[in-house]
Amino acid sequence: MNTKPSAGPQATIEFRAVTYGLFRSSSQTIVSNISLTIEPGETLVLLGRSGSGKTTLLRLINRMLAPSAGQIFVEGRSTSDWDPILLRRHIGYVIQEAGLFPHFTVAQNVGLVPDLENWEVSRIRARVKEMLELVGLDPSEYSLRKPRELSGGQRQRVGVARALAADPPILLMDEPFGALDPVTRTELQREFRALAHRLDKTIVFVTHDLREALVLASRIVLLQSGQIVADAPPGEFLKIDHPEVRAFTASLATTGGAAS
Amino acid sequence: MSSRWEFLSSHRSEIFSATLDHLTLVVIAMVVAILIAVPLGMLIVQRPMLRRMALGIASVFQTIPSLALFGFLIPVPFIGGIGRRTAIVALVLYAILPILRNTYVGLTVIDPAILESAEAMGMTQSQILWRVRLPLALAVILAGIRTATVITIGVATIAAAIGAGGLGTFIFRGVAMVNDAVILAGAIPAAVLALLADFLLALVERRLRIA
Repeated sequence: MNTKPSAGPQATIEFRAVTYGLFRSSSQTIVSNISLTIEPGETLVLLGRSGSGKTTLLRLINRMLAPSAGQIFVEGRSTSDWDPILLRRHIGYVIQEAGLFPHFTVAQNVGLVPDLENWEVSRIRARVKEMLELVGLDPSEYSLRKPRELSGGQRQRVGVARALAADPPILLMDEPFGALDPVTRTELQREFRALAHRLDKTIVFVTHDLREALVLASRIVLLQSGQIVADAPPGEFLKIDHPEVRAFTASLATTGGAAS
Repeated sequence: MSSRWEFLSSHRSEIFSATLDHLTLVVIAMVVAILIAVPLGMLIVQRPMLRRMALGIASVFQTIPSLALFGFLIPVPFIGGIGRRTAIVALVLYAILPILRNTYVGLTVIDPAILESAEAMGMTQSQILWRVRLPLALAVILAGIRTATVITIGVATIAAAIGAGGLGTFIFRGVAMVNDAVILAGAIPAAVLALLADFLLALVERRLRIA
């Protein structure tokens, strides 16, 4: 575990002694005294059971939530100093069920952030085409469809395309493949892993599925009751001697072994 | 029975012009009510205090019997008096609640995942309101307008009591004369107007509904 505060500007995301939910009685899970440095290009998977605080950590990064104590730095600047609107346009975000706008076409959904950023129409159109191709959807077939005319897997692909459209250096993903059938999920995990390698983004990925974490992560951070209990690359993660790690490893065994 | 139809056909042009008057009252009242209730509904989405006040006041007007409301308005300066203007004010007060309530509900019952991703994409609150909430709420808002229109067409018959004209003129005259034919000359066109408005607005609403 190497969590020395690097403080250098190269750290993309850094939590410094972050606590959330100290004084408020919100439904959001409490996290306490989290310190974590996420380097550029990492695919960091936040693993944990429901209620362990992984989504809370994710939402602290783009200031959908504000910490009760401590600070989060994005590209060296505290999120409280960022204009939240600019911060969020700088960070891609994908959630379960994609959260696509039902009244927008696929092209309008994908082009949303470029449009908010006032790109020229022709540039947006080219970018949308490029993004759809990137996620494996034929633009001529899918551009003008509405989200309801897509399968779950296709919607999720559009969700990824939308998150990447403005070319943000950081991508946050909250169980994006959680609602998909196992076959589609595996397919998208494989494709997304290849995509992540090519794109060189810093990715923070939330899941409760250890197998998914092993497929995608360059580093796995395990949360339990709002605290980090393990932090290791996938290869070493399984060897960690901690009851919560063993609990997750056991879940792996009962569901038929790790994916390749 | 035949005498009733005779009355209706012999007074065709009178009934027609009363129907037009009636429709004018309703259209003006609806336009004003929409212009007040829809923006107000948008305003109260983020303001709980104002929301309770606006919905509360609108509900109170709805509980006042319509004839009484027309009566109460007569002595009020500027908006009161005898005639059309007072009637329109009363109709607007009645129509606000269904539109306001549906606007608020339509804007707030949106899938949280959609609102979450809108916020996370870096949309401002006003962009979320205009580009996400409002388009997704249109069908529900229109359902409120439809309800309000049907109510207004009915309530507008009572406007004749304070000299605002319209189809109520026949109804009040018929009641005074104890003459069914005269009552029907007002009641039938009013019912037809209400059914027609309901049908046409339902068509528009269906087109706006996004599955």
